[in-house]
Amino acid sequence: MGCDQVAGRYLTRPGDGTLYLIEGIGHHTRRFLQIVSSVVWLLINTIAEMSDNVRRGRMPFRPAMFFAQTDRAGVGSVPLTAMVSLFLGLTMALLTGYQLQKFGSERFVPGLVAIAFTRELGPLLTGIVIAARIGAAYTAELGTMTVSEEVEALEAMGIGPLRFLVAPRLMAVTLLMPCLSVVATLAALAGTVFISWYVLNISPEYCKDLILESIELKDISTGIIKSVLFGMIIGLVSCFKGLAVEGGAAGVGTATTSSVVVAITTVIGFDTLANIILSQTLP
Amino acid sequence: MNEAPLVSIEDVKLQFGPKVVLDGLTIHVAKHDRLVVLGQSGSGKSTLLRLICGILKPTLGSVKFNGQEIPTMSRRQLNQVRSKIGMVYQYSALISSIDVRDNLALPLEELTRKTQGEIERLVDEKLEMVDMTSSKYLMPAELSGGMRKRIGLARALMLDPELILFDEPSAGLDPVISSVIDELIIDLTEKTGATSIIVTHEMDSAFRIATRMAMIYKGKVIAEDTPARFKESTNSVVAQFLSGDTDGPILAN
Repeated sequence: MGCDQVAGRYLTRPGDGTLYLIEGIGHHTRRFLQIVSSVVWLLINTIAEMSDNVRRGRMPFRPAMFFAQTDRAGVGSVPLTAMVSLFLGLTMALLTGYQLQKFGSERFVPGLVAIAFTRELGPLLTGIVIAARIGAAYTAELGTMTVSEEVEALEAMGIGPLRFLVAPRLMAVTLLMPCLSVVATLAALAGTVFISWYVLNISPEYCKDLILESIELKDISTGIIKSVLFGMIIGLVSCFKGLAVEGGAAGVGTATTSSVVVAITTVIGFDTLANIILSQTLP
Repeated sequence: MNEAPLVSIEDVKLQFGPKVVLDGLTIHVAKHDRLVVLGQSGSGKSTLLRLICGILKPTLGSVKFNGQEIPTMSRRQLNQVRSKIGMVYQYSALISSIDVRDNLALPLEELTRKTQGEIERLVDEKLEMVDMTSSKYLMPAELSGGMRKRIGLARALMLDPELILFDEPSAGLDPVISSVIDELIIDLTEKTGATSIIVTHEMDSAFRIATRMAMIYKGKVIAEDTPARFKESTNSVVAQFLSGDTDGPILAN
């Protein structure tokens, strides 16, 4: 029903009734490519503005703003990231243990959860939490500044708004994502150790050995690379959406919703892509 | 005999998609002038200010500041020029997350190599000029409309600009505060020797402030003169605009 409605929008052109599904696909593809190119330009121009400042013998961005953003994006996100990961770690250990106990293989549970979180779920879960918590805040903040002409005022003063507003946020979220991903993984492992001890009768000491045995350096590096990439995606998408706001308060609301949706979808999409590339390059 | 104009805009066309905002606009602003730009809402007055500080680029034509072509400048050159231009926004556009002191110190901290002591002295000096010393540590949200305008003006003066652009400086203010802002504009531009371009709808303000006046209509400057001669203009559009009559070419078109 839903698909028919969507297709129907493009199959019937009001007025002449021409069938034109391709037009719809083309429209959305063009829109998608426009957003992708704008985000890439945002990154290039942010780097260019920072380079201009470095050439003038100054810091690329205000250190105070960077540390304020790291505190907010990093330290402020630790409780939520840790809590969500702890619960997911508990659940995952419980469910996999429940199945593997049937085959007497419950000793694989700690390693399984450890690899899953180090490579995949740690960065992904952190990405989703940060997109919702910090990405939304960045978009709303920059969107409000755009609507109230604050961004334009910075530009008119000759202060690059990208290096002043975007660079500290982008750097903070990109650099703090791996740290948060590690926190998420540790919280999930704490949950696993608890379930292993309480439900599966695996002592914490033995559980720790099983975890350390199963994790390899490539699992850690894969997780770190992905979390850096996710941080950059969230920072760029949220800042772009904020700077592109049009239409007052309603526009800020729409952009914030869109920012979270696009950031989470892109993070999940890039996660798949990164898995394909990293499984080939880091076998 | 004639000094070169500080701002020179020639045959500028600006188009957003199918909408033509400016269509062959030409205007020159001499040094130390206070040019008031009048025109209907949406006639492109504020757009003109954004062209001068390089935020918008014209589709066609030339925009020069001190003889330098603005639209073709690199980002670094443009930022250098922008530090010589101060802009006062309709709603002040103060950075809402930092206090008045930091708003004023921002251009100095970001664009100059002044010490904290010098910055502090200049912030105090500019606050004194706009009579707002007691508001130094207030947040923008704690200021009234008139106070914000004054702080916006002080911020525009921080780098001692050669040109100050005012976008609707009296909009939304009561008549008394509006007069205070007008006097402040006259006083400060005379003291600093800065040239100014003021976009406004308020006729009383316009005639109080202006040393020259211009009117934009249908994307062009249709009249430019001294306030006294502008008042006596025989141009039917100008006459209707000044009188506020509903009969005339403006609504008819």
